Amino acid sequence: MIAETGLAALWLAAGLALLQLILMVLALRSQLDVRSTVRAVAVVQGVLTLIAFAMLLLVFARSDMSVALVFENSHSAKPFVYKVAGAWGNHEGSMLLWVTVLSVAGAFFALLSRRTTERTLIAALGAQATLALGFYAFLLVASNPFARLFPAPPDGQGLNPLLQDPGLAFHPPTLYVGYVGLSIAFSLAVGALLTNEVDARLARAMRPWVLAAWIFLTLGITAGSYWAYYELGWGGYWFWDPVENASLMPWLAATALLHSINVLAARGALKAWTMMLAVIAFSMSMVGTFLVRSGILTSVHAFAIDPERGTFLLALLAIYVGAAFTLFAARAATLKEGAPFELVSRETGLVINNLLLSVILGIVFLGTLYPLLVEAVSGEKLSVGAPYFNAVAGPLALILAVLVGIGPLLSWRRERRPVWNRLTVPALLGVTALAITIILAPGMTILPRLGLTVAAFLASASVLPLIGRNPVRTPLATWGMVLAHLGIAVALAGMGMNGAFTSERLAVIKPGEKLMVGPWTVLLKDVTPTAGKNWTALEADLRASRGSGVEILKPETRYFSDPPTETNEAAIETFWNGQLYTVVGKPDPFGGWQLRLWWKPFVTLIWAGGALIALGGALALLGRVWRRRRGEPDWRKKGYA
Amino acid sequence: MKPKNQRLALVAAAVVALFCAILLAMWGLRNQASYFYTPADIAAGKAEQGKAMRLGGMVERGSVQRQPDGVTIRFTVTDGKARTPVVYRGIIPDLFREGSGAVAEGRLDRGVFVADTILAKHDERYMPPELGNLAAEHRAGKTVEK
Repeated sequence: MIAETGLAALWLAAGLALLQLILMVLALRSQLDVRSTVRAVAVVQGVLTLIAFAMLLLVFARSDMSVALVFENSHSAKPFVYKVAGAWGNHEGSMLLWVTVLSVAGAFFALLSRRTTERTLIAALGAQATLALGFYAFLLVASNPFARLFPAPPDGQGLNPLLQDPGLAFHPPTLYVGYVGLSIAFSLAVGALLTNEVDARLARAMRPWVLAAWIFLTLGITAGSYWAYYELGWGGYWFWDPVENASLMPWLAATALLHSINVLAARGALKAWTMMLAVIAFSMSMVGTFLVRSGILTSVHAFAIDPERGTFLLALLAIYVGAAFTLFAARAATLKEGAPFELVSRETGLVINNLLLSVILGIVFLGTLYPLLVEAVSGEKLSVGAPYFNAVAGPLALILAVLVGIGPLLSWRRERRPVWNRLTVPALLGVTALAITIILAPGMTILPRLGLTVAAFLASASVLPLIGRNPVRTPLATWGMVLAHLGIAVALAGMGMNGAFTSERLAVIKPGEKLMVGPWTVLLKDVTPTAGKNWTALEADLRASRGSGVEILKPETRYFSDPPTETNEAAIETFWNGQLYTVVGKPDPFGGWQLRLWWKPFVTLIWAGGALIALGGALALLGRVWRRRRGEPDWRKKGYA
Repeated sequence: MKPKNQRLALVAAAVVALFCAILLAMWGLRNQASYFYTPADIAAGKAEQGKAMRLGGMVERGSVQRQPDGVTIRFTVTDGKARTPVVYRGIIPDLFREGSGAVAEGRLDRGVFVADTILAKHDERYMPPELGNLAAEHRAGKTVEK
């Protein structure tokens, strides 16, 4: 019954989405007053998808093997948390999560949005309903998560052990909220283009949604990076894997949007550009979903063999992106540019920021899709990995990071003061960092060296906007900006340190023997068998010391039975100045064990930086919402329309 | 600047940026894309020595040999038509075993493939793209054997 309830809720939600769309058309064509109805419909639709998702969680929690999805992706012996988390660790479940977030975002938007005009609000909700309809259809036709099996099998096939990890419970839902949260920006852009109400007010209405989605994307990417770092046991934090790029692309577009939206909100300029970015940002979310969920990454041919899902998603992508761009092209000429600005001004700085982010986005996009294109056209197989992305996007990202330090110092419209004077200290710090790296590590490669230089510059330049201001009276949004920009410097420093100063040892030693890595001496005390709920493991007992004190690390090799798999569980010990990362491998016939050790100075700064960036976003969001509550004009009142 | 000129300048900047992105990407892809080869390709001399590439195929049964240092392994990858010897230093990934598919990243050195990385899968259903076919063929072969 539970599964059927979920399915029924989904069908009902789809019906409501259709109704929401029809109401939009009616409202835009006539003067019919439907706002309260549309809002109610959007909210109920959100509640229904939540019910459907709750039902999916329930069948997973109860290990109801008569549901095909549970059978394929779960097992009764799994720990409870991973049974529940397994609900979205598969294609159908994750698409249901996607749709749930889409509808719930629409419901929140209907409830909370006060700044748009009624017409734009209704048009945006109509656009949101149109998006939802396509994905409901996808779920109901091509990916039903509630399909039953008859007769019910005795037990399930299990979940990939790599995914049996707290990271799984947290990382994909966070990313999805970010991905799909961008749909509000998309719908608002489409709605405003439809009603011809692209202005500063729209930008202010859109900004909190973009900020919120962007915060989640930032957190999701940071968490995903850490998950890959400790779970894969390779010591790397970013692999330029297509799945990772799929999350990076919406983030790049959303970051650009976040900055251009400020120009529109403050100065009424960059209208067309901002609308286009709003469309592109969510389009990138859909491209990402398509890449990950269509099976096209497995093989272009697999896509051709099992075409239903992939073609469905591709068609949705083409329709939505195509329609939005057509609308944009039709209306772009009617958009009046807002207030003019001089060449040296904050507007120009933000335009350059946007152009650089867009170029980086283009590079990542082409690099990710190129193998698919080549294989589809010529059948030749190739892969594009870190060498391409680092060499092409890396320098641009560094240039961007330098400009991040300069841009916020410029004033709107026209900069009269000489900016360079204020940058003396940061520039000196950057040069000092460069000199230190040349003296201490002459053999360092170019990217980490420049990374550390730019990090030193940016860390000091990013706080300049606070200098000379009363910290209490400085708006929260400014604090947020400073924090986020500082976060970039921190992350950059972590990447530079990790790239330049990591030491690695790989060797076979017997219990009682020692291995040196960086400042550490690591003793292998013993290797003992241990067991968990659905796995057994060999656990190494390592004693690490530098100077005084001993740290105990216990890396494992785990063996899972359902499905039969083996994973390396790295043991990582964090210190203020870095992480000791240990992996135990296979035994050799003479009683020795493979050990792989890394000493990674300051590597944690990478994720600390990511967290700072997200925190900055949260402060900015708080600041924006706070100011609104404190009595900025309510746009819906008469006289503002 | 007048609004009209400003708009023109913005459009021009966007177009220039777009071209830059495409040119940079093309340049990068020409130099940095690593092509995927099978042992048959390597036997036919298609692969350039020393260039970054990927090698994919099945790990031949009984071919995996551990070297005396304990952390280097040698094995042979086959696609049924030809065989390529591979040497790899590191902890072999969880999903690596004889008789199943593997993709190695590295370069060719006098006929031996020196692997930097052996790929494991990342997502529940994710496989290195190139292995899709080989794995499918392998499965097909298995069902015929039965």
